Amino acid sequence: MSEQNTDQGKRQFLVTATTVAGGVAAGATAVPFVASMLPSERAKAAGAPVEVDLSTLAPGERVTVEWQGKPVWIVRRTKEMLDTIRANDSHVADPKSQKKMQPAYATNEMRAIKEEFLVVVGICTHLGCSPVGKFAKQAEAFDPNWQGGFYCPCHGSLFDLAGRVYKNKPAPDNLVVPPHKYLSDTRIVIGEDTKGA
Amino acid sequence: MASAPKEPVQFSGAGPLNAPISGVLTWVDQRFPLMSLWRDHLSQYYAPKNFNFWYFFGSLAMLVLVIQIVTGIFLVMHYKPSAAEAFASVEYIMRDVPAGWFIRYMHSTGASAFFIVIYLHMFRGLMYGSYRQPRELIWIFGMLIYLCLMAEAFFGYLLPWGQMSFWGAQVIINLFDALPLIGPDLSTWIRGDFVISDATLNRFFAFHVIAIPLVLLGLVAAHIMALHEVGSNNPDGVEIKQHKDAKGIPLDGIPFHPYYTVKDIVGVVVFLFLFFGVVFFMPEMGGYFLEFNNFIPADALKTPPHIAPVWYFTPYYSILRAITEDFMLVLAIGVAAYSLLIWLTARNQLVKMAALAIGFVVIVLMKGGPLAIEAKVWGVAMMGAATLIFFLLPWLDRSPVKSIRYKGPRFKAALTIFVIVFLVLGYYGTQTVTPAGTVISQIGTLIYFSFFLLMPWYSAMDKTKPVPDRVTM
Repeated sequence: MSEQNTDQGKRQFLVTATTVAGGVAAGATAVPFVASMLPSERAKAAGAPVEVDLSTLAPGERVTVEWQGKPVWIVRRTKEMLDTIRANDSHVADPKSQKKMQPAYATNEMRAIKEEFLVVVGICTHLGCSPVGKFAKQAEAFDPNWQGGFYCPCHGSLFDLAGRVYKNKPAPDNLVVPPHKYLSDTRIVIGEDTKGA
Repeated sequence: MASAPKEPVQFSGAGPLNAPISGVLTWVDQRFPLMSLWRDHLSQYYAPKNFNFWYFFGSLAMLVLVIQIVTGIFLVMHYKPSAAEAFASVEYIMRDVPAGWFIRYMHSTGASAFFIVIYLHMFRGLMYGSYRQPRELIWIFGMLIYLCLMAEAFFGYLLPWGQMSFWGAQVIINLFDALPLIGPDLSTWIRGDFVISDATLNRFFAFHVIAIPLVLLGLVAAHIMALHEVGSNNPDGVEIKQHKDAKGIPLDGIPFHPYYTVKDIVGVVVFLFLFFGVVFFMPEMGGYFLEFNNFIPADALKTPPHIAPVWYFTPYYSILRAITEDFMLVLAIGVAAYSLLIWLTARNQLVKMAALAIGFVVIVLMKGGPLAIEAKVWGVAMMGAATLIFFLLPWLDRSPVKSIRYKGPRFKAALTIFVIVFLVLGYYGTQTVTPAGTVISQIGTLIYFSFFLLMPWYSAMDKTKPVPDRVTM
């Protein structure tokens, strides 16, 4: 075919149309592969609520339970611990829990339904390590005036006994309070709450 | 077949071959460019004759790559990529598989050796200006290899399913969580679950044994093809192709084979002495090559009391930890000063305005009250920037000379300080957080970025020495 007989406009159109169609098809090919990496139905189904008996938990102690593959801490706070939290407002970044890191029913001074029991997901809001409980009031390498709380070994974030993050630490937010409700005075369900309560 | 007869095969550097062999070679050559590949990349690839100690590390990196691929293949024969079985299968390799411990220690030591060799290889490039025009693409391919290597190391580290595997992956995947808008969904997509789980382990296995190695091999090929296209730099930073003999061969060039193949064998022997010294006598290297906490099976409920990445990631990890809320003001002032510096020194009006505008936006995002992005995100961004900023080196270095031999005191001082800061950041990245460590890491972070960002000024202002016409020995 000689150049004179070539319809250049038509050729350009066909080249563009083929390229676009091919490109779209190639892009669409990625969809099943990308989708296959999303959580599977089995993973989505996991994570049922967990029931915990609190009657054996001594004051000042903590129990760790697994919920959705994450550690959830329940700390039975003593009177002294609660007083420490009240005196600690000036050291923490969000003393009034204004950011939505807890359900409405735990948006209060102690970040709890009952102030005696702290229920939080034990995962640092920085990069997901599980902080270590350092409940004793004593000088620590990370804070000479330590009032008791949690210390994250990964990046040094500190949380008080209400799970509130200290100022100027890598973690931006308070520890998450999971949805939970009391079945009785000593039984609690994590992962379920009374909606609208 | 109507192919034209090829030119007679040249055997430079080799003795006369007997007729049957040369007959076979001719037969192959008419069908595949075997001898021309051999010539282009080995027997007639002319490398500068003044390569020194620092030029061992390219070929050593290739050697380590081969060690990793071969040992990796044999490890996969026994390893089980499942959360229930992974940890036990690694112990099975260590205790029950004949020579399993040996192959695994070669692989684990190889990972650290790879980074040692690559860091020295990169330092060579920094010293002799190997990234400078016309070798920008070699540098870029090399940096992509470095990124692939980091990904490879990261994915591989999850596979033993120990405590450090688990919590290291947790931290790094949560870095993506910090990204605005898409973060949480992206990290869930990477994990394939809401927590690190069997699904995560399985896909990391796929990335580690096939996806990344394939990309890595392609990049290594591109790196070498680009190198052989423009020719190697050398400790003098002069272009040997500017002085050629009548046959077009660089006067200061010698064929890679046999001259550098033989030289590199010496390097390989010394390297293997050291490598197997580690493999046999200190495979854990005091917890730096194999971390002690990784001998405990992964436990999703308990982070080890002290976690640190493997040594080769620690400089970046320090930078990540250094970015705290109160450091943001210092960073914002730094950005302001830098925009001002560009505004004062740039000649192009557009560059001046862009510097001010970009600087303003960054400062607002750093410290602009309600518009500010939290420090955590900046930590991740700074850590990413610390690795990616190497890509810009070819355009940041404005010195009229390439090699440190002819550069002035400013560049020498800057490079020395940079190396020290890199090591100091690396050291603090292995340590638990202390207030002093944080301040040192913050100062280190500022110096780290200054080395790159101020380079256009100090490298141009530097008093350089005259560069010789030909290479010196």
